[in-house]
Amino acid sequence: MMADRDWNSQPPYIHEGYKSTVLRGPTKPLVPLKHTLSERTGPVYGHDSLAENDADLTKNGRRGGEPIGERIVVAGRVVDEGGRPVPGTLLELWQANAAGRYNHDIDRHDAPLDPNFFGGGRCVTDADGHYRFYTIKPGAYPWGNHANGWRPNHLHFSLFGPSIATRLVTQMYFPGDPLLALDPIFLGVPEGARDRLVAAFDLAITEPDFALGYRFDIVLNGRSQTPMEG
Amino acid sequence: MAFKQTPSQTVGPFFAYGLTPEQYGYPFASIAGATVAGVEGDAVITVEGRVFDGAGEAVPDALVEIWQADGAGRYNHPADRRASNRTFGGFARCGTGTDPEKRFVFRTVKPGSVDGEQAPHISVIVFMRGLPCHAYTRLYFPEEAAANAADPVMASVPEARRGTLVAERLERDGGIVYRFDIYMQGDNETVFFDV
Repeated sequence: MMADRDWNSQPPYIHEGYKSTVLRGPTKPLVPLKHTLSERTGPVYGHDSLAENDADLTKNGRRGGEPIGERIVVAGRVVDEGGRPVPGTLLELWQANAAGRYNHDIDRHDAPLDPNFFGGGRCVTDADGHYRFYTIKPGAYPWGNHANGWRPNHLHFSLFGPSIATRLVTQMYFPGDPLLALDPIFLGVPEGARDRLVAAFDLAITEPDFALGYRFDIVLNGRSQTPMEG
Repeated sequence: MAFKQTPSQTVGPFFAYGLTPEQYGYPFASIAGATVAGVEGDAVITVEGRVFDGAGEAVPDALVEIWQADGAGRYNHPADRRASNRTFGGFARCGTGTDPEKRFVFRTVKPGSVDGEQAPHISVIVFMRGLPCHAYTRLYFPEEAAANAADPVMASVPEARRGTLVAERLERDGGIVYRFDIYMQGDNETVFFDV
């Protein structure tokens, strides 16, 4: 059976420190839904959904030059709550550039756009649930939530997993970032679950003479019991 | 060893070039657009609506996804063993930032009942800035009153709130349009499910 969302792990819809939640989060209790075939299925996008360089954001936005910033490798495993790998899962990634500016018309932050950095990419997990991206470390940027508010460096990830019930959109943060302790979006996550959003520096992922490596493992809602055979 | 769920986080306001690049005019192929892959012919319907915040304002930076069975009630997914129609994708994605009225507008077909027990329905998932976890709801069809009355999921919803799950059927320009406005808050707050 699929496990439901664990609200000890998931942020509540309304978190007053994060102002936009106050008018946008549902206020009435969610209605429990026993999973039907509608929730146990979902879109399937495998390796054939990828184009060359989709997983390499240092290359997929080049227009004649290298993107500016610190190259990084972000790799990890996608597993379910039983620790089983989730192979063939599409990860979509998007982020700000090294200067903390998004490639988006409504981003008005006065920081440079990088003509050689697009900021979006995707990859698919292998048979053991592993994924690997090459990208540029994103910069922090100001936002209007509160006085002198700055978002910590982060990457946005979107995953489907095997069904709509495992759908996840999340953010990956960097270890040691002083802005984490001040960020209402990060602090909206229950205290014991926040560190799951912070990647670990990993020398085994780091590539010599090229880029530092960060490990970010992702656990999707899902089977927490070993299924019976047969 | 315990494997605990990775917490959800908001999709933010700047998702467009990562998730809906073609809709917003970015030079990056989309994995899905606002038209469900494989729909064609007379059976095509439009599903449209807006997402309203607690102040009654239409949200211009929401992302809406739909997932549904085909006209015969089959999902394009390995878990649906009856599936033989692998050309109907069943999934579509639309941001509310490119329409002057801040609508999401999908082109799809009306799904059949997936199991003979549930009424025809479309799964709808809402993301936006200010929403730390996506919100899951379902669209039901107004002309299916008898099936809706017998639907087990609909029956689990307080009676006074069931109407928020039923779209409005319109005929426009010779086509069928189902309007499904989503209210995040207020007296008419849409029913969202814990999935």
